[in-house]
Amino acid sequence: MTDIATSPPRESSLTALFKHSRYVLGENPVTGFAFALFVLIVLASVFGPHIVPYDPLASDTTQALKPPNAHHWFGTDQLGRDVFSRVVVATRLDFFIAIASVALVFLMGGLAGVAAGFFGGWTDRIVGRIADTIMAFPLFVLAMGIVAALGNTVQNIVLATAIVNFPLYARIARAEANIRRDAGFVEAARLSGNSDWRILSFQILPNVFPILVVQMSLTMGYAILNAAGLSFIGLGVRPPTPEWGIMVAEGSAFMVSGEWWNATFPGAALMVAVFCFNLLGDGLRDMVDPRRRT
Amino acid sequence: MKRRDFLKSVTALTAAAAVPAPAGWSPAKAQSRQETLLIVSESGPNNLDIHGVGTNVPGYEVSWNCYDRLISHEMKTNDQGTPYYDKTKFKPELAEDMNIGDMSVTFKLRKDATFQDGTPVTAKDVKWSFDRAVTVGGFPTFQMSAGSLSKPEQFVIVDDNTFRVDFMKKDRLTVPDLAVIVPCILNSELVKSKATEQDPWGLEFTKLNTVGSGAYKVTNWTAGSQVVLERNDNWKGGPLPKLKRIIWRMVPDAGNRRALLERGDADVSYDLPNKDFSELKSDGKLSIISTPYSNGIQYIGMNVAHPPFDNVKVRYAIAYAIPYQKIMDAVMYNLAKPMFGASAEAPTEVAWPQPHKFNTDLAKAKALLAEAGYPNGLPDPIQMSFDLGFAGVNEPTCVLTQESLAQIGIQTTINKVPGANWRTELTKKTMPLFTNVFSGWLDYPEYFFYWCYHSGKSIFNTMDYQSPPMDAFVDGARTAAATGDMDSYNKDVKGFVDLAYTDMPRIPLYQPYVNIAMQKNITGYQYWFHRRLDYRNFAKG
Amino acid sequence: MLTMILKRLMMAIPSLIGVVIVTFLLTRALPGDPAAYFAGPAATPQAIQEIRVKLGLDRPLIVQFGHYVDDLAHGNLGTSLTTGQPVASELRNRLPASAELTLLGLIVSIIIAVPLGILAATKPNSLLDHACRIVATAGVSLPVFFTGLILVYVFYYQLGWAPAPLGRLDVFFTEPPHVTGFYLIDSLIARDPETFMAALKQLILPALTLAIFSLAPIARMTRASMLAVLSSDFVRTARASGLSAYTVIITYAFRNAMLPVITTLGMVFSFLLGANVLVEKVFAWPGIGSYAVEALLASDFAPVQGFVLTMAVMYVAINLMIDVLYGVIDPRVRLDA
Repeated sequence: MTDIATSPPRESSLTALFKHSRYVLGENPVTGFAFALFVLIVLASVFGPHIVPYDPLASDTTQALKPPNAHHWFGTDQLGRDVFSRVVVATRLDFFIAIASVALVFLMGGLAGVAAGFFGGWTDRIVGRIADTIMAFPLFVLAMGIVAALGNTVQNIVLATAIVNFPLYARIARAEANIRRDAGFVEAARLSGNSDWRILSFQILPNVFPILVVQMSLTMGYAILNAAGLSFIGLGVRPPTPEWGIMVAEGSAFMVSGEWWNATFPGAALMVAVFCFNLLGDGLRDMVDPRRRT
Repeated sequence: MKRRDFLKSVTALTAAAAVPAPAGWSPAKAQSRQETLLIVSESGPNNLDIHGVGTNVPGYEVSWNCYDRLISHEMKTNDQGTPYYDKTKFKPELAEDMNIGDMSVTFKLRKDATFQDGTPVTAKDVKWSFDRAVTVGGFPTFQMSAGSLSKPEQFVIVDDNTFRVDFMKKDRLTVPDLAVIVPCILNSELVKSKATEQDPWGLEFTKLNTVGSGAYKVTNWTAGSQVVLERNDNWKGGPLPKLKRIIWRMVPDAGNRRALLERGDADVSYDLPNKDFSELKSDGKLSIISTPYSNGIQYIGMNVAHPPFDNVKVRYAIAYAIPYQKIMDAVMYNLAKPMFGASAEAPTEVAWPQPHKFNTDLAKAKALLAEAGYPNGLPDPIQMSFDLGFAGVNEPTCVLTQESLAQIGIQTTINKVPGANWRTELTKKTMPLFTNVFSGWLDYPEYFFYWCYHSGKSIFNTMDYQSPPMDAFVDGARTAAATGDMDSYNKDVKGFVDLAYTDMPRIPLYQPYVNIAMQKNITGYQYWFHRRLDYRNFAKG
Repeated sequence: MLTMILKRLMMAIPSLIGVVIVTFLLTRALPGDPAAYFAGPAATPQAIQEIRVKLGLDRPLIVQFGHYVDDLAHGNLGTSLTTGQPVASELRNRLPASAELTLLGLIVSIIIAVPLGILAATKPNSLLDHACRIVATAGVSLPVFFTGLILVYVFYYQLGWAPAPLGRLDVFFTEPPHVTGFYLIDSLIARDPETFMAALKQLILPALTLAIFSLAPIARMTRASMLAVLSSDFVRTARASGLSAYTVIITYAFRNAMLPVITTLGMVFSFLLGANVLVEKVFAWPGIGSYAVEALLASDFAPVQGFVLTMAVMYVAINLMIDVLYGVIDPRVRLDA
């Protein structure tokens, strides 16, 4: 007799995720390409400083402003530093700025948002007011103001980006928390004696993460662009740190005189990274919620 | 249905309004390009009156061209063939005669000079203007005091056309100080009519309006955008300028300014990066004129009141560690006169600026640090600050210096200070290491040293340097100059220069050049002590 | 409708108050000392202290805030230190410049992005769709100032097609008589086609820069909205009835897909108003953005406070207008409100 009670072994959720991702990536070549690029960026951040041919801070004024050649693939800048080395080493800082901003805004906005959605009442009102106040500001000027007031360090640039993106994350997190407030697993957790904050942090927030991850990849791109804009005004990272944004801002001054490589290579790197993060966002959205595929 | 019709009609209406009625051509108000000069710079004036509160340097340029002073300077020619103001020869401007007595100087004013509204210029206008300069405070009062002009009692109206300045004490700089921008002559009756109780000197009115007897008047000023000046056809202070209109536009981006000049869409700019000036010079499409700053030096300053820079050996170490030639090449593009590397046997001259004998020698620097008790370099990182307003020059200078100092074991962090805060930071005297530029309108060594090295006048003594022997030399030189005792003067000048280079509280790097780029058809540029443009001599074509 | 407007305004007031307080604190936290700036290059510490007292900067923050709010209530936005002019009049003079630029940028963006989005929606997941997405995303992946500088370099410096980046009007043109402050409109009112063309020429590059930067959200929203509408019942009916593709897509689908796009427009417009500070710097545009940036770098409180407040008020007004427009276009929304 056939054993109808036996069912095929269930896949682990990790395998299911992997298969689903493969499917989505395969279906949309652009997303696949974006993922590959992302891996490249991570590799460059981790290994970059160890494999570059020149010290990104070493100046050599006799070699200043040389066009790309066999010795200096991306040419040299006004102080004779190798542009290729600087662009690769800058990957780490820019990637850090992107990840740190996103982590910070996820924690700040995500926690505030889920708290607002979960508890309602005054928490909701206060978080809502804070978000509205921030949204009423011209956002780039707010970022400028924060960096100008607190000093132009990497930490403050990250903080400014996080604050400026806070309302968006809070709003999304709030909506999601609202939906899950009365869900079964939350009830179960409460019955097990978990405090509200434990429920928020360990039950609800992780569920909100996939929804927010789409926005997070877009924010990563925004963080890098923000740093570049601040550098153009003079509020960017401190010299001589290599960072794409400040290299583009300073390099632009050399465009008219024909030394295009100063701005073009960091600009291209920046564009590729932001591009990658944006497209990644689309791909992640497809992966996370097929209904929302746009 | 009604809603759709409404929307349709609204769209139709807006479309109809957008089509202009076919009228005839409106006459273009374009003034002849030939009679107009278009100047582009990064920033513009914030006040049209040099006596105003917080007037910035571009404001000085407006004042120079729109107001007259009693006297001006004759022109000589420097070794590059550029007309250069002659600091020893004066020329009548508003005054037609000057008589220097023992303790006073008397001026006979021109009888035909009028203000731009037609009112004749008389001695009471001169007195009122001078009283104003020494009373309003801030920069104008400070500049007047540099020539020992501080009390309204010094300014005496003898009669309608005769004016006398009494000296408080003998000072060689008094008469030259009367030719600088600050003692300009305003239309006192007009300004007095606009004064209020809270604003007795009419500063609010003159901020926005020029009321002088000068060669130009401001007809349009949009702060941050442009200044339009038109010629005063009744100007009596000299030959009538050739250009009827000056348009001064603010273009924040340096690359764009260069593009405008190269394409011929702008006539003049003095506000370009050194690299651009150097390249444009070799291209040959534009006229580039470079002149050294009179009495001006870019230097590295150290706070000598606190460790580690209170130790002279550490200061010598820094002086040996600075990558002077790299800075000259990559930052200044050799558009500066080196103030370093004088040969060891060179005698001290009676002149300023003058180069010191240090040059880049990392081995010596390390040895000196060891002698000072820091064999492994300095234990804590030092903050090196600069004025972000001049980032083009300051930032690479600091980056190169930082790199060099790292090689002798001194770690530094770079601190960019926004231009508006720079003065505040300098005044606090807490910055351990910084780069700055100082230059004086009055081109005399004792003037420079009085402001920068004397313990009394603290503002420009950014190093917090207190040295009684230095004070003695400087005071001695000033007195000697006033009395005409040249032997004593020469001795004191050599004394203070030697002491400056023995104590080395600040390390001169170079004497910068003032650069200007002009279309080839523009002539008449003159170098003045204030380094701004004098529109009165420009000509086109 | 009126109750909705009033309710919205009521809700906006706490945000505006928040904005005023935060800006006040932020500007006071800026480094730099206006008193030292005012006192000039040679001021002694006593002179600086005198000026500080005269400017009222030595009083406790609460008192200063009180004065500020009092001034605000009287419509006095203070005076700028760097330009010496009252902030209110400078903002009034400069706002049309920024608004004109931003509006034109938005219009150009719509002209490019909306067709792109519609096109992408008609053939989802095709090569065309991917190409549209890449084009739109590329625009937003470069820093906006860099895009501007590249455009100036290529179209002005190399090709000479665009006019000199000297601001709103070429040097030898005078402004049209002031009616709205928008040169394009005012020159038409004054029947001055030469000035109109001159102003339009100066606007092209900066508007293009802004447009490139705002393509992505508009294109994306159009595409998403169109996709949703194209799969709806009434469109299926229209197609089944044999109407031409054009009628189906434009007359039926697009009109209904417009709503979410309009909401995005409102958001993009306020975002652009804040972001065009960089574009104004590149093109020497005399707008409020460049005004605010210079003031911020000079630690000049009053213009920054005035600018932020103006922008916040405009943000509220624009969102309100969008909601009203929503109600006009889609009666269903009005009934709900």
